[in-house]
Amino acid sequence: MTPELNLSRDPAHLRHGSNIGQPLSRVDGLAKVTGRATYAADNNPPGLLYAVLAVSSVARGRVAALDVAAAKAHPGVVEVMTQANRPPLHSDPDGKPNPFSFRFEALQNDRVRYANQPIAVVIAESLEAATEGAALLAPRYEAEPARIGLDADAAYVPPVVGMGMPAEQRHGDVEAAFAASEKQITAIYETPPHYHNAMEPHAIVAEWQGDRLVIDTPTQGLVMMRARLAELFGIAPDNILIRSPFLGGGFGGKGLMAGPQVLGILAAKMVGRPVKLVARREQLYGPFGHRSPTKQTLRLGASAAGQLAGIHHHARIATSSFEDFYEAAAHVTHTLYAAPAIATTYDAVRMDTGTPLFVRAPGLAPGSIALESAVDEMAEACGLDPLAFRVKNYAEVEPSTGKPFSSKALRECYTQGAERFGWWERPLKARTMRDKDGFLVGWGMGTATFHALMFAGQARAVIRRDGSGVVESGAHDMGQGAWTALAQVAADSLALELDQVTFKAGTSDLPDAGIAGGSAHTATVGTAIHNAGAAVIARLAELATSDQRSPLFGAGNAGVIARNGRLIRRDDEGRGESYADILARAGLDEVDGSGSGVPDPAANEQYAMHSHGAVFAEVKVDPDLGQVRVTRMVGAFAAGRIINPKLVKSQLVGGMIWGISLALHEEAVTDRRSGRIMNANLGEYHVPVNADVPAIEAFTVAEHDPFVNPLGIKGVGEIGITGSAGAVANAVAHATGVRIRRFPVRISDLVRRA
Amino acid sequence: MNRFDYVKPATVAEAIAAAGAPGAAYLASGTNLLDLMKGNVVRPERLVDITQIKELTRIETLDNGDVRIGALVRNADLAYDASFARDFPAVAEALLSGASAQLRNAATVGGNLLQRTRCAYFYDTASACNKRAPGSGCDARDGENSQHAVLGWSDACIATNPSDFCVPLAAFDAVVEIEGSSSRREVALEALHLLPGSTPEREGVLNPGELIVAVRLPAAARGFARHARYLKVRERNSYAFAVVSAAAGLVIENGSIKQARLALGGVAAKPWRAHDAEALLAGQSAEPEVFEHAADAALREAKPSGDNAYKIPLARQLIVRALAAAAQGTPSRMPALPASPFSAVPGALHDA
Amino acid sequence: MNWTVRLTVNGEPHTLALDDPRVTLLDLLRERLHLSGTKKGCDRGQCGACTVLVDGRRINSCLTLALSLDGAAITTIEGLAQGDQLHPVQEAFIAHDALQCGFCTPGQIMSAVGLLNEGQAGDDPERVREGMSGNLCRCSAYVGIVEAVLDAQATLAGEKERAA
Repeated sequence: MTPELNLSRDPAHLRHGSNIGQPLSRVDGLAKVTGRATYAADNNPPGLLYAVLAVSSVARGRVAALDVAAAKAHPGVVEVMTQANRPPLHSDPDGKPNPFSFRFEALQNDRVRYANQPIAVVIAESLEAATEGAALLAPRYEAEPARIGLDADAAYVPPVVGMGMPAEQRHGDVEAAFAASEKQITAIYETPPHYHNAMEPHAIVAEWQGDRLVIDTPTQGLVMMRARLAELFGIAPDNILIRSPFLGGGFGGKGLMAGPQVLGILAAKMVGRPVKLVARREQLYGPFGHRSPTKQTLRLGASAAGQLAGIHHHARIATSSFEDFYEAAAHVTHTLYAAPAIATTYDAVRMDTGTPLFVRAPGLAPGSIALESAVDEMAEACGLDPLAFRVKNYAEVEPSTGKPFSSKALRECYTQGAERFGWWERPLKARTMRDKDGFLVGWGMGTATFHALMFAGQARAVIRRDGSGVVESGAHDMGQGAWTALAQVAADSLALELDQVTFKAGTSDLPDAGIAGGSAHTATVGTAIHNAGAAVIARLAELATSDQRSPLFGAGNAGVIARNGRLIRRDDEGRGESYADILARAGLDEVDGSGSGVPDPAANEQYAMHSHGAVFAEVKVDPDLGQVRVTRMVGAFAAGRIINPKLVKSQLVGGMIWGISLALHEEAVTDRRSGRIMNANLGEYHVPVNADVPAIEAFTVAEHDPFVNPLGIKGVGEIGITGSAGAVANAVAHATGVRIRRFPVRISDLVRRA
Repeated sequence: MNRFDYVKPATVAEAIAAAGAPGAAYLASGTNLLDLMKGNVVRPERLVDITQIKELTRIETLDNGDVRIGALVRNADLAYDASFARDFPAVAEALLSGASAQLRNAATVGGNLLQRTRCAYFYDTASACNKRAPGSGCDARDGENSQHAVLGWSDACIATNPSDFCVPLAAFDAVVEIEGSSSRREVALEALHLLPGSTPEREGVLNPGELIVAVRLPAAARGFARHARYLKVRERNSYAFAVVSAAAGLVIENGSIKQARLALGGVAAKPWRAHDAEALLAGQSAEPEVFEHAADAALREAKPSGDNAYKIPLARQLIVRALAAAAQGTPSRMPALPASPFSAVPGALHDA
Repeated sequence: MNWTVRLTVNGEPHTLALDDPRVTLLDLLRERLHLSGTKKGCDRGQCGACTVLVDGRRINSCLTLALSLDGAAITTIEGLAQGDQLHPVQEAFIAHDALQCGFCTPGQIMSAVGLLNEGQAGDDPERVREGMSGNLCRCSAYVGIVEAVLDAQATLAGEKERAA
């Protein structure tokens, strides 16, 4: 491997590939398999106290009484923090300083607005004492009727959906299109609330050192959280250090600061000692966000030959009583199939739940399962194979905007995925395949898609006197592999071997890496690192090319290439010198450079930017009992440049399993009378176990995208869910001849009734 | 979890003496009790930890051929005991279909017999539950009850018993040995649990302070070893409670059923022995129509207690399937996915 | 009142005075012995993140009172490697990328070691899937986990053969 960086910033001239593109094992693997990787709750500073949340069992009303005396009388309990005595905050938790500041509860009053809302914090010398202290509070409430369900309240059109997208968006005249369509279908699909259920519960260890606040807590957005805390506590951001080297899963649930983190900090302030607060598993179903339930109405019109004429995708969604977040479930329809007329509309109801927020593949996960189901229903109505139908309606340009795609290798995904799966053996008619044991067999597919986003991030790169490098960016590793993939980018950006570069990430005192979300982190931070590397190499080149003693004197920056820890002349590769020599002669201990990663507005204006994929699934269904098992899955994805194929495969396969989960397993069940989630645990909120998962195959097809960012990265964190959930649902329909439109598919849907 | 008094007796007699105090509970491995305590569903004042009582950890064959299993034998140890699994394959299969390997390594035979319902309203201390708080009502009746009972339920309670292990034990006439402060007695496993009636808080016939010391499987139950299965329908393919399960055992001679045993799980507050169906099967040929009649007989009294009408046809199909599987013969090796409907399928998954 | 419990943890004998009988093995390891490699995902026996070996058998440490285990030998993720020499299961987890966020990984690995000790799965991926189903992985690294367990089993079998 010879890491090489061309000093020209023209992306076409970049020769990444030395470390980038290598299927390296994750560099944090050793720490993780030995138990040495430190997650927030693993910290035990001296003098630590334990804080445990007491949460509401009603969904709406007020806390009328708490038996604080009983809790305080329990041996080991040090303090009980309630709305009556908690330390003040500098700003209101119900304020809204910016669109990413979501309202939360930090004991600002006695109101209860959802079940599992924190209503007190018990602080004790031991975890056992704090836990029991919370139980002894025995709250009494003045309860009001809970509003639960997508029909719980009057529906209204939300101002915007997702992050600022219009709630009504029309391209062409769908009504006219339907009127002229020989084939029409209308179908309603429902998805339940989903909770992130990362294996690591939200946790915080907070310590005040005078005015300075040091916290360990998992976050997907270090600097954003720091800013929010600074404003809430009225202290300078520089006085806050957040450490989040490893997240035990994020999935969107750790993107934004949540109330319990603030409560942990307040508790530490109150007792003047470090405090550890870890949410109990059942407490995760409330203050940390979830995916809204959806009820989606899909109306499709097509010619008898299967040419789509129009799609109207309407989504009924929910938000909380006190905050606005609207799952953009219908928007996927704007980008996927070439219908001349497309409309997306929304309405929403307010419910007495915590605020729904980002969950892996927000909008697209529930939207995709509905759209892919409806597309299959239309293909069937037209008598076409589902893949043939999708190819027939292939979007050469983004349907709603008419923009060309920055790149789109979906056709290759279809072809290669179908080939690997053996798709073309599939009989058109449902319920016609059986295995030798009599199980119904079904094959289904779905198109995967996710937008190729970038946020804004910064990085700093340093070359030290010994020729080694340091690259810093406050990036977040929630399992996607930032420690590894970004280090690969860092090494290539400095034209060094991986082991010559120290990569620092995961704390808030490093350059702002933006938020790890939207499948955009590698693209954003990778670009920042790439630019920081180029900047520091340029400084080295300036030192060398302007120094008469250097063999590179007079070459000019453009005449120099960085390779393997040396700068060499482009026109005579035999002439060059090492980074160490350049620095030694200049008498410098190090040189540094900074870079940022931001989206290019011109390119975004000109091109539609999306990743794509094709997922194929085989299920077996017991014809009598209705139990389903996914037996085979193949996913082919086009996501631009792949930094680390080994980790990317894991991301894609993991996403595909989320697709299985969405189609067949997960669902929060809420008692509509009380507003309490009745399966707020991992025993009955089913996520797939190992036995639910077959030997899934995921691969990427080559895709070169010169427009998304200099490195051509599109992101892979979320796309795996989309397409997959629909593929499984479609396979169930193909196996059984029964189209289930309320997810997850349950045994009660498929059991033979006669 | 409340603070409790903790004692660790070395003998059964000491344990029973220690458990005489009001508010005392026996602690075996704790896989169910500690879970309930963490949820504040139960708050015992004293835990009598019986895990050191060595005399309760034996599996032995008695002179009359019965197999006696000490109450503290771990679920996994029993299931993997080669001679036990050979003689009582449906019991082993049921054990291995329950919970997870970690829980089976800890959970005890006696504890499994006494595990509490998974009814969410029982677990949720803010809900009305006649079982947890007698007289408070049953929020499950008009609540989320798709998993609830279709047999033997009452207006007071529609909860189900979650045990897999108890289902074949009921089918094969297991007997429970119980010791109390002054006496030792035996009850049929089938009679150990009570239907809710108007007193759902009374879940079984154990009196306060009594201890299950052993479970016996009669020698005669070995007669079903060649035709015995346990099947379990679940919403995920492992590590899930049964929606409905069935244990079936047959003695078949020349294609004719000499004797049949059948019990259901997940349908009632107790493992549901289907005596009528067994009687109907005896003397018949092992054929699908016969199994269907038996299933109808087993479910004659079934009725939905809520949003769970589907469980009746499901139980019917499962009975037919379990009987057919039993008739086909006990597999020579424990299926890779014990009790799964998909267990019949070698290589169901593509392991490329 | 204080209770005394004697435990051997990763080969090291401990005699511990507990002031509270409620302490689970998991909380003892994490909060009192500061062996935080063992993770708490649910605290209710429903996720497997807290899996450790007790006398060689895998159990959920969250549903076990420390006091119940007097005299037992506990092995946690911290005690699996021999110095710098990783256990074959640990090696295989890295090689097959059988982890992402890593939070469930200590439990997965201890469960896999327990599974191999039990000797029930053989080289059948389906039996490995079933045997590892007590360990949830929300990142869903299941495919890699099955590959890693099979690989480690082959390595261990090879070592045994060479030793014989």
